[in-house]
Amino acid sequence: MTAHISTWMPKTARPLWRTPSGIEAECGGACACATCHVYVDEQWTAVVGEPEAMEEDMLDFAYDVQPNSRLSCQIKVRDALDGLVVRVPERQG
Amino acid sequence: MTITRTDVIIVGAGPVGLFAVFELGLLDLKCHLIDILDRPGGQCAELYPEKPIYDIPGWPSISAQGLVDKLLEQIAPFRPEFTFGRMVSSLEGLGDGGFRIVAEDDEVFEARAVVIAAGGGSFQPKRPPIPGIEAYEGGSVFYSVRRMEDFRGHDLLVVGGGDSALDWTLNLQPLAKRVTLVHRRPEFRAAPDSVNKMQALRDANLLDLRIGQVVGLAGRDGRLASATIKGPDGEIEIPCTRMLPFFGLTMKLGPIAEWGLDLHENLIPVDTEKFETSVPGIFAIGDISWYPGKLKLILSGFHEAALMAQAAKRLVSPGERIVFQYTTSSTSLHRKLGVPD
Repeated sequence: MTAHISTWMPKTARPLWRTPSGIEAECGGACACATCHVYVDEQWTAVVGEPEAMEEDMLDFAYDVQPNSRLSCQIKVRDALDGLVVRVPERQG
Repeated sequence: MTITRTDVIIVGAGPVGLFAVFELGLLDLKCHLIDILDRPGGQCAELYPEKPIYDIPGWPSISAQGLVDKLLEQIAPFRPEFTFGRMVSSLEGLGDGGFRIVAEDDEVFEARAVVIAAGGGSFQPKRPPIPGIEAYEGGSVFYSVRRMEDFRGHDLLVVGGGDSALDWTLNLQPLAKRVTLVHRRPEFRAAPDSVNKMQALRDANLLDLRIGQVVGLAGRDGRLASATIKGPDGEIEIPCTRMLPFFGLTMKLGPIAEWGLDLHENLIPVDTEKFETSVPGIFAIGDISWYPGKLKLILSGFHEAALMAQAAKRLVSPGERIVFQYTTSSTSLHRKLGVPD
């Protein structure tokens, strides 16, 4: 599944009104679970950037982690990400 | 059989379950809380204890654990009882209008009312994404250690990079035939001291450390024989007769789904006057409850607890007049709270 970022990316704000299927975001966007795991499209990895240490720690709990894995709650929405494509893993956690 | 009897059983000892003790206590109802975790606080204590919460009224910022500590202090005058480390399994109605709840290890509780404050459900160990792992669970694959002796003489694979993984690697290393620790990356979340001890054992060739992910298991009749680990340099198969994966916890509604309550997408619909479920005498508050406009906020759960308590009181003490009082001015509430006159 792919989605347009501005419509749904969970920010660290509750409630998550529009979490799409495939993103559970159990902890509500606090980088405290690993259920909003996404694969960033290869054309976008440089723009999106690398996870910080805390996010890497949480990624240990995610399913089928790849080099382009991120927790979507830790991707700050900004203009440069307009049109971003991410894919959701087969399952969360 | 010992039966614990109380006025109200609260399933879940998160912030909302804890505050329910306060509201029920003001109305003279005694509470017993049951939680699958080993301490109070629910998600606040388990998922994000050190993170600040900014939307608790009166607290511009308070850490999740700080909030739990304050709630425990606030409800202490009502002497709530707790059962930790047990998942509730069954619930049945008793002929006299009360309820009986059975928890793991056949612990039995009876009460006049039940409050489900179970948040996102019960925390259970996550099953790692390894094809066919179910077949070995309970025989060769375990998510916790009940008896260390069960691991003596085995080729043990510990998977994970946190404290549980490191602690059990170190504790079982002297008993096991050989311990292999597998982690996705060279950095560990566990306490540095444990990581240093593990690395010293590896340097002395007393255990193996492999960076990678377990991608396959082999064995027969539920007995594990080997595991395939995929690392930066490709795949390797190692002997493995016991496995301990530590992939964190996930939340599942669990047996509550079997209690015959109406459900709405794994949430429990309630009315907004009493916060009662489709079964009279069973209430639901906090994140697990659902009604039009519901917000999953701690502060909403506090409000729900206050209204639920009024309804629970009417149920437990039918006919008794409930006098609405303020804690600021009521000397009778002061006595309950242990406030000196």
